[in-house]
Amino acid sequence: MHAVCCIKQVPDTTEVKINRKTGTLERKGVPSIINPYDVHGVEEAVRLKEKYGGTVTLLSMGPPQARDALKKAMTFGADRAILLSSRVFAGSDTLATSYILAEALEKIDAEERIDLIFCGKQAIDGDTAQVGPGIATRTGVSQLTYVMEIEAVDFTKGEIIVQRKLHGARERVRARLPALLTVVKEINELRRASLPNMIKAARSEIEVWDEKDLDGEVERMGLKGSPTAVTKIFPPAPRDRGEIIAREGDDPEEAAARLVELLVVEKVIADI
Amino acid sequence: MLVRRLRRAYRRAAVRGYKPPAAAESYRGVWVLVEQTAGEGAPVSWELMGVGTKLASELGVPLEAVVLGDGVEHLAGEAIAYGAKKVYLVDDPVLATYRTYPYTRATVDLVRKYRPEILLMGATTFGRDLSGAVATELETGLTADCTRLEVDPETRLLKQTRPAFGGNVMATIICKKHRPQMATVRPRVMEMPKKDGSRSGEVVREDLFLAEDEIGTWVLETIEEKGKAVYLDKAEVIVAGGKGLGDAANFELLKELADVLGGTLGASRAAVDAGWISAEHQVGQTGITVRPKVYFAIGISGAVQHLVGMQTSDVIVAINNDPKAPIFKVATYGIIGDLFEIVPALTREFKAKLSSPRAGAKGGRPWTKSLMLR
Repeated sequence: MHAVCCIKQVPDTTEVKINRKTGTLERKGVPSIINPYDVHGVEEAVRLKEKYGGTVTLLSMGPPQARDALKKAMTFGADRAILLSSRVFAGSDTLATSYILAEALEKIDAEERIDLIFCGKQAIDGDTAQVGPGIATRTGVSQLTYVMEIEAVDFTKGEIIVQRKLHGARERVRARLPALLTVVKEINELRRASLPNMIKAARSEIEVWDEKDLDGEVERMGLKGSPTAVTKIFPPAPRDRGEIIAREGDDPEEAAARLVELLVVEKVIADI
Repeated sequence: MLVRRLRRAYRRAAVRGYKPPAAAESYRGVWVLVEQTAGEGAPVSWELMGVGTKLASELGVPLEAVVLGDGVEHLAGEAIAYGAKKVYLVDDPVLATYRTYPYTRATVDLVRKYRPEILLMGATTFGRDLSGAVATELETGLTADCTRLEVDPETRLLKQTRPAFGGNVMATIICKKHRPQMATVRPRVMEMPKKDGSRSGEVVREDLFLAEDEIGTWVLETIEEKGKAVYLDKAEVIVAGGKGLGDAANFELLKELADVLGGTLGASRAAVDAGWISAEHQVGQTGITVRPKVYFAIGISGAVQHLVGMQTSDVIVAINNDPKAPIFKVATYGIIGDLFEIVPALTREFKAKLSSPRAGAKGGRPWTKSLMLR
């Protein structure tokens, strides 16, 4: 089995603040983390490797610092890590990103045939959920999003059965391999990194590839290859400030009565 | 090797050679792709018809809809009732249950043939799975989770505004040269338009030339999780709790209030991460976007990530002991104080007010009335 896990280094968005005056992001000192959903993809790939044997390759695109994310992800028990990093890749939107990743996957596949590609269901900085489907479409592999369980894999037959998490339902799907899975957190519980894996990760070399390592056309990468452009960034519009109807020290019963009165008077909540 | 085995869709494009997209000027019209499950249209699709009508009239083009499925002709009529002037209908057994590949093929073929300048879909599990694949095949831009859509009638560009960086900022995105301009919108973000059965429109049937064995995925079964499912997006009253509750057991207090109001329990990410309540209840950027008539935020400080998921609620009630909590900035009514005193008092008060003799005839269940607050 050969699984490739796509991971993204993201700013911990819960720590990002906005400067209300300038409308710009205060990213200074914001810690970088591996996108939390991607980690579950790596864990799942490693579990499959433990069961069926094989290789787990990590793939990321980003600035040179994204090496740290790959090093960290290696501790889960992966075998190889590749970082796609180049000025040419900078400014890629989701369309250009999936193009570059698909080109890299082609190259990885030529070295060792790929059975499964893992992505997180979405990244927490962009929340687009577009790169996974983008890669699947470009490579033509089966696309399985929001996977919450792998029921069975048959590498000889070239088939997989998964459960997808839908709204208020789960869907059991059988698909041909190779397949791309985007995973939700429920798919597994993360385990503590084992000592041998930590040592292996510490000793591992992160391979860095740029556009010269890929077959693709440079015009379809980075800013040039991105159809979308951000024209404006601004702080979210504040909602009209309402009224404070009770403060510390006021009688809770009275406060409650006042609120109920208000809601009933305005017929927000009404009786029949 | 990967190429030969894997690149079904991509291969076709590659063999033809990559061509830059046709001139943007040759694309005209606004499309909404109608999502359906077992023949039932998703409300988000009708919500999109509302905003789509506005965009289309500003551009001076008709609003058109795409209906895909098996035995879904009635949805074409429904789309017309919601404002579509023309509906492209692909009715084929291969489309009986949603699968990425056949739905992508059907959509892409229609777009290539009729060239709309704008294509909108719901940002649901379905829409997110499909839109990414369609945009890639068409080599065009796609903006997810838009909260505002406007057009510039001069340039005909769609200005797509969405939260970025976990909701910390809003970004307006355009897609200058590639067509169609694609965007998704979450359920309950746009207003539901009026349905009018007297409207008329044209239905254009199209065939899908796709054999079952080309597809490679099979849906074995769909297991409803009715008991477990939380329909926050449909709730009219939401009683949500956060870190201030301090303990899983205290959600019981909220549940009592919710039961009196016929409401649904919601939660902030902090409460979900603490394991006090399941992820299905999470409201916000990584959870669900809601737009109830009343949203009770109890012991929720109001991080931006939470606010983006609930700030379009009609009325927001915040109960928190920290007067500086950002939630008070968005609250219609704020109560600064101890939630452990106020919530039970509220429950008692609502119980007393809402159990008039007349209510008893209908089981005493209160109802919510739509209110034009905005």
